[in-house]
Amino acid sequence: MQKMAIVAENVVRRFGQHTAVDGLNLHIPRGSIYGFLGPNGCGKSTSIRMLTGLLTPDSGHINVLGLELPRQAEALKLRIGYMTQKFSLFSDLTLKENLLFMARIYGLPRSQRRSRVDELLEQYELMPMQKQLAGTMSGGQKQRLALAAATLHKPELLFLDEPTSAVDPENRRDFWEKLFDLSDAGTTVLVSTHYMDEAERCHYLAILDKGKKCADGPPAKLMQDMHAHVLEIDGPQLRQLKRRLLGLPNIRSVAQQGVSLRVLVDNRIKDPDQWLLAQAELDAQQYRITQVRPSLEDVFVTSTGN
Amino acid sequence: MHWINRIAAVTFKEFRQLSRDRLTFGMVVMLPLIQLLLFGYAINNNIRNIHIGIVDDANSFVSRGVIEAVQASQVVTPTVRYFSIQEAEQGIRVGEVRAVLYLPENLEQRIAQRHQGSNHALGQWIVDASDNIVSSALLGLRDMPLAEVIRQPVRVARPVTFETVLYFNPERRTPVNIVPGMLAVILTMTMILFTSIAIVREKERGNLELLITTPMRSIELMLGKIVPYLCIGLLQATIILTLGNVIFSVPIVGDPLHILGATLLFIAASLTLGLIISTVAKAQLQAMQMTIFFLLPSILLSGFLFPYEGMPLPAQYLAEVLPATHFVRMIRAIVLREATLQDLPYDSLFLIGFTALGLIVATLKFRKSLD
Repeated sequence: MQKMAIVAENVVRRFGQHTAVDGLNLHIPRGSIYGFLGPNGCGKSTSIRMLTGLLTPDSGHINVLGLELPRQAEALKLRIGYMTQKFSLFSDLTLKENLLFMARIYGLPRSQRRSRVDELLEQYELMPMQKQLAGTMSGGQKQRLALAAATLHKPELLFLDEPTSAVDPENRRDFWEKLFDLSDAGTTVLVSTHYMDEAERCHYLAILDKGKKCADGPPAKLMQDMHAHVLEIDGPQLRQLKRRLLGLPNIRSVAQQGVSLRVLVDNRIKDPDQWLLAQAELDAQQYRITQVRPSLEDVFVTSTGN
Repeated sequence: MHWINRIAAVTFKEFRQLSRDRLTFGMVVMLPLIQLLLFGYAINNNIRNIHIGIVDDANSFVSRGVIEAVQASQVVTPTVRYFSIQEAEQGIRVGEVRAVLYLPENLEQRIAQRHQGSNHALGQWIVDASDNIVSSALLGLRDMPLAEVIRQPVRVARPVTFETVLYFNPERRTPVNIVPGMLAVILTMTMILFTSIAIVREKERGNLELLITTPMRSIELMLGKIVPYLCIGLLQATIILTLGNVIFSVPIVGDPLHILGATLLFIAASLTLGLIISTVAKAQLQAMQMTIFFLLPSILLSGFLFPYEGMPLPAQYLAEVLPATHFVRMIRAIVLREATLQDLPYDSLFLIGFTALGLIVATLKFRKSLD
């Protein structure tokens, strides 16, 4: 048994003039929850589609669960689950009909179909609404149904393409509980997102921008290794101050957060708070500067260079 | 054996969805019903009751007799009386009447001359010939005998050059020809439309993105989707033929098995056409537009409305490509003339070939939809 669920080397995919994925390298260990973090159009969906065998890369090498893609894509389909960005089950079938349909498609033996579907309905708290049409359910319920359908055949590897973009924070937390359950049971999960809080829950994270991987590793390590100091400035007239700071060298980014400014300063600077007071000619009486712990958003901003 | 299970799953799902889709379900039944009644009653090549005007300058007992005799033919109905030719011409121009019967002042004199062997006409028809079907009906009145009016010795009828025997539809009723042809038109419409929409809808709703990540092959999806619509097509065919028989007394003399066979061949061909459309169309509206693109030539060129032989050669070539043309030929032959499928090898083989080729094209095109 290999240790890696997914190995990708130098994968490139173009659509006409546009290069959607540009030299992607991935090593995703089995049993982990691996996140793709990036803005819309950064190549997250294209990467997932190539890793599931739906799209053929223009060049590069992909091995998923020991199978060569795209050559062995059909064999792979039985061993992976895929949850699309948009709800893609049948809205004019009931929950149970949807799951039974998928069970037949995945070739579950007749004797196991009903028991497996009931088990899933129970597990994902969908039992009371099993006779309801899927189209009439709430966002969170649809999400759970989609996850139930994607895990129906007990796949070793699960792909989730922006799974929680249509649900509220509470449902999102419940949803992640289910993902950790799956991961504990040995399933490898690859999830794409543009929510920082969601990305922070992953075991490993890859930050994608314009088709390239900018950074990867465990979220905590990414924050630790960041090449910038994070400072918060409290004081008056923050809009003008922000404009002034953006003109200075060695300042990576300035963003207003409520009543303070969050400033990223290059980590070659020693004593960044003193440096900032001097550089921006700030009155230490009026402005208070504190160095704070970096967040994932800071990592994202520094590594994508935006 | 998994593939059978997967096809069955798709078929079962499709039936479930159909049973919940009231509108489509209603269309399945109502469309053939309404079309049959509309076409069956409306299309009629035996014209009756053409509105005509009368200019009766004779205004006598005899002239009224002539008018009554003309009316008794049932081809025309006098509706307006004009007092001059100019007035009558205006009536034709504005569409008040389609023709005018002019009886001259000296009508009686002309009849008397007729008795002495003259060949002069008694009156004149002025006909709006812009509609040639109307004008040919009126031309039929040119030689009408007026035995009641002209008490002439019964002239020996002109000898017939050819004896004519009318097979299969001796009363020459139009529905006999129209109703079997209706099958082709209605099936073309519903089969192409339903299948193309059924797949494009799944594309629109994102269902296909899910299905292609499953072990299902595209040919399995296609076949699974075809089966329910085969059943619908057969249901529609039954409705049309039964009602055609009951309401319009269309004789069904052919072998039901051969009718079924020909209908299945045609449904399969139409369904694959729908599948091909569904791989090209990106939205349901597009699928509908493309269906109409096939529907119009199928109505106009297939021989359903106008005889195939009357069309210019390029139109005939075009018609040969349409499955409907072959089916119109087959179904009329089988239903009305007791032909069998073996008697129609060319049309049968065309439909089989069309279906096979269509399935291959649709499957190949579908496979590449994500790349």
